[in-house]
Amino acid sequence: MTVAFDPAEKFQQYAHPERLVSTAWLEAHLGTAGLVVVECDEDVLLYETGHIPGAVKLDWHTELNDPVMRDYIDGEQFARLMSAKGIARDSTVVIYGDKSNWWAAYALWVLTLFGHHDVRLLDGGRDRWIADERPLTTEAAQHAATDYPVVERDDAAVRAFKDDVLSHFGRPLIDVRSPEEYSGERTHMPAYPEEGALRGGHVPTAASVPWSRAVNDDGTFRSADELATVYRDEAGLGDADDVITYCRIGERSSHTWFALTHLLGIPRVRNYDGSWTEWGSAVRVPIAVGTEPGTAPGR
Amino acid sequence: MTDLPGPLAEIRDDFLSFTEKERLQLLLEFSNELPALPDRYAEHPELLERVEECQSPVYLFVDVVDDEVQVHATAPAEAPTTRGFASILVQGITGLPADVVLSIPDDFPLQLGLTAAVSPLRLRGMSGMLWRIKRQVSAKAAV
Repeated sequence: MTVAFDPAEKFQQYAHPERLVSTAWLEAHLGTAGLVVVECDEDVLLYETGHIPGAVKLDWHTELNDPVMRDYIDGEQFARLMSAKGIARDSTVVIYGDKSNWWAAYALWVLTLFGHHDVRLLDGGRDRWIADERPLTTEAAQHAATDYPVVERDDAAVRAFKDDVLSHFGRPLIDVRSPEEYSGERTHMPAYPEEGALRGGHVPTAASVPWSRAVNDDGTFRSADELATVYRDEAGLGDADDVITYCRIGERSSHTWFALTHLLGIPRVRNYDGSWTEWGSAVRVPIAVGTEPGTAPGR
Repeated sequence: MTDLPGPLAEIRDDFLSFTEKERLQLLLEFSNELPALPDRYAEHPELLERVEECQSPVYLFVDVVDDEVQVHATAPAEAPTTRGFASILVQGITGLPADVVLSIPDDFPLQLGLTAAVSPLRLRGMSGMLWRIKRQVSAKAAV
């Protein structure tokens, strides 16, 4: 069953207001039948230090990836995972996390690959919940296992692969990393350790729109008007565009994918999860360095 | 496995005696046990070295007094994994002679049985801490 949407006025300006909930709404709805709250953090110990009462932990690193194939889990593994978390196919899932919801957005995007219908983000994530001084507990949540159906993962709609990007030149590519990563001065986030790309730079023709332009200082999403200014006016994206976003490993670009898809309502946006760790090391793919997008390679 | 100094070997053996899930619990305990900075560093943050390899703001300082190494570190509560790693090094290294610290194998972070549960990026952060501790020890022990 679907839990009622958050009627907050800010959200009504977005293309899909049902995709966000506020911390106030969530606190008021904790324990509602049909609602499962999920915490997904970059730091794998953070949930244990205290989480929203009743929230289950989802580990993006160990639970969403196949241990052998570099890929996401398949339909059967996903059904087992959802069942173990107490999520039914018709559950309303609200995801939140650290770092302005990077990994929460990533988890939401993975749930989308399996067509989970009602999955929402907590606006502002974990930091906002804590800043609001809302309750936390260290008691791990236990939910009864569900009978989640086996649904085959469908990558076509929202996921892009390296070959898709190679044939995408001429259409919008959005690089959401920091300016230093885009220009090629570094291959990783400022203050992050080196993470495995052989070369620095960006995909030729990609526009630089750092993910953080979608959020306010407190990690909540900027208003619909502000988002339209950044993405429609400045980056020139329109509803007819076929857009691919990427970052370093696909988590920050999930965040931008969420903003473009659900908040601005651009119908065709895919996230390239291989991102720079794949592109910057792959054989026979072109890169551009410096602050300019660069030109599409000739064939 | 390479020889580790006693306290670090004990920590490693503790980790390896547990299941993966319990290892994370142990890491959380270390995280909670990271000692507060002594006042002289808490009041003088400029004395601390930033560990650039870590995604969270981690700072450390190493003293060598009469050939005995003391490690001090600080990391925010929002980064429990990083705090846990800092705490392991603070507790496992403090009190050891300088030459013993310099001989700690660089792959110690990979010996704790955490490579599946914690992303490689994080473990590299711990390697960065160890490398910086050793560099400070070699600079200060030589004087």
